[in-house]
Amino acid sequence: MSPFVAELLIPVFKILAIIVYPMVMVIVMIWLERRVVAWIQGRIGPNRVGWQGILQPFADAVKLFFKEDIIQVNADKFLFNLAPVLVMASTLLSFCFLPLGEPIRIGTYELKLWVAESPVGLLLILGLSSISVFGVIFGGWASNSKYPLMGALRSVIQILSYEIPVGLTVLSVAFVSRSMDLVEIVRRQESSHVWYGFLLPVSFVVFWISGIAETNRAPFDLPEAESELVAGFHTEYSGFKFAFFYVAEYAHMVMISSLLVVLFFGGWLPPFPNVKFLHFLHLLPGFIWYLIKIMFFLYCYVWIRGTFPRYRFDSLVKLVWKWLIPLSLVNLLVVALLGSVL
Amino acid sequence: MAFEEIELNMGPQHPSTHGVLRLKLRVDNEVVLGIEPVVGYLHRGMEKLWESQTYHQIVPLTDRLDYIASVSNNLAFVLAAEKLAGVEVPKRGQYIRVILTELQRLASHLAWVGFMANDIGAGTVLLYGFEARETILDFFEDYAGARLTVHALRLGGVPYDLTPENTAHIRAVLDGLPAVLKDIERLLTGNRIWKQRTVGVGFIKADDALEYGLTGPALRAAGVDWDIRKRHPYCSYEDFDFSVPLGRNSDLYDRYLVRLEEMRQSISIVRQALDRLPEGDFRAKVPRVFKVAPGEIFHSIEAPKGELGFYIRSNGTDKPERIKMKSPSFINLQSLELMCKGNLFADVVAILGSLDIVLGEIDK
Repeated sequence: MSPFVAELLIPVFKILAIIVYPMVMVIVMIWLERRVVAWIQGRIGPNRVGWQGILQPFADAVKLFFKEDIIQVNADKFLFNLAPVLVMASTLLSFCFLPLGEPIRIGTYELKLWVAESPVGLLLILGLSSISVFGVIFGGWASNSKYPLMGALRSVIQILSYEIPVGLTVLSVAFVSRSMDLVEIVRRQESSHVWYGFLLPVSFVVFWISGIAETNRAPFDLPEAESELVAGFHTEYSGFKFAFFYVAEYAHMVMISSLLVVLFFGGWLPPFPNVKFLHFLHLLPGFIWYLIKIMFFLYCYVWIRGTFPRYRFDSLVKLVWKWLIPLSLVNLLVVALLGSVL
Repeated sequence: MAFEEIELNMGPQHPSTHGVLRLKLRVDNEVVLGIEPVVGYLHRGMEKLWESQTYHQIVPLTDRLDYIASVSNNLAFVLAAEKLAGVEVPKRGQYIRVILTELQRLASHLAWVGFMANDIGAGTVLLYGFEARETILDFFEDYAGARLTVHALRLGGVPYDLTPENTAHIRAVLDGLPAVLKDIERLLTGNRIWKQRTVGVGFIKADDALEYGLTGPALRAAGVDWDIRKRHPYCSYEDFDFSVPLGRNSDLYDRYLVRLEEMRQSISIVRQALDRLPEGDFRAKVPRVFKVAPGEIFHSIEAPKGELGFYIRSNGTDKPERIKMKSPSFINLQSLELMCKGNLFADVVAILGSLDIVLGEIDK
């Protein structure tokens, strides 16, 4: 393969792919959520646009695109415009570090299914998700309106609180795998013959709950609690800026599910990758295994939304400070002790 | 940062004020310091309008008050008018009225459970409740030709007799309801989040509740045994065997449990009425021009939302001189501030939902 293709074209293609991939997942997810929630609630859901309504998200996007873009008089224009961009950009950027499948060999060239390989990829993803908090608070603050402000304050408290258990559980994974590189973490799960979800069940559960809370999804969807705050921090947004927040939320869900899969369920690995007689499972490419796994977690998001009432703000904060943080601290301690003994 | 009191307007355009209600909230961060409901956005001048209508014409207009439970409105008005005119309704007519109003109570409570759950974020229950309510509305459509504003009662009785097909339809509807109630209970009653949101929230002392004129399930959840169907039976309610569920803690959870149990009691009442449906006329002879001798009367019934009463003053013509309505939603709304003070902003929506208000009845 010529160096021109390897050095320039493939990275450009990858960068495009990493923008397209979350978008496709978001579209699938929006459709899936509507249909599944409708099914849980005994409704039909959108089924007119395209096969089983699969094109409904496009119809929504077109509608939002043609809506009037309103910036109220009292809003801080710069921050108001910056907020959706910040949320969207930080979410999309974090996909760069995500391994979507095992490397594919084409002759001597090894095509890696990730854009950037970094020894601190995990840390960067956590950092980027913190940056999206700025988008949320800018959006709420710059709207200069009471409901968005309260929504933004709630979001910030919620996201910041839940980042602590996320960080602590991720630390336990990093401790076991001795790496912060997502690719390396997957490889370690292959060589150590166990997915970390089974090795560190407490970390997995805490990370899962906190992940749902970090993405502001039911039952932790307080910042945009429709029944109280109308639409939370993005109440004043309309048209395509609103779509940015909306898409970023779904992309964040895809991100958290991907992290769950990569950290705790072996990323692109098929079940029991090292067992001889189950080797036929390798026939499916790694990307497909990864997709199957994240679809499961994405489905759980929808399932939970269809089942549970919403937490109240104070019990939500109590849950994280009284239960999740102590639990993840103890968990980290136990993992560290066992890890150094064994 | 020093906390400062801010004034927050909730509504009239807000997803969970159940219509065009506006609440002026004073909040300190998330804690509610005071609430002032601002009503009147849906005012249609009903009471004044009725002064220019004949008694027969008023009955369908009462449908538009509490549109979630229109038959109950009909009943309250026709009972008051009949009492004033001294009309005796035949037993069969009374039983059919009981069947219709209890079905309406079921429909109203099912809608309430759905709205309440939706306010707390459990949207699925809303759909379950509405799906079950739909079966009842289908019966109303079958019987009276309308679903929401049914106009199912007339002065002197009911417009149509219950045919065997009708009774079979009702029995089929009743058979389907316990499964729905069980589903709702499985989703909510034991759910930890639901309990966190409802237990101990929206407390009101029984004395305060009486003082503020609170009636209906919210009063019974406070432990006050007050059900007009038992205390001052109308429409032969004394013939039926049912119990009045009471709460103890006077919170949202008890109001929810009381309403669920009331639904079970209503199912039992309708079954009893169907089993013992007397033969005979279903409507007394009432003249087209329904003239009422001068006098005044107040009569109230136990509507799904509380005590619904009509005061009528007649001047001897076929039109009333003055009608004043005691609507439960309007009076129950008065205790909102007492229940919300000191609670969190998020609870306001839940407490408002627990009162089961309908703006058509508040603004009249």
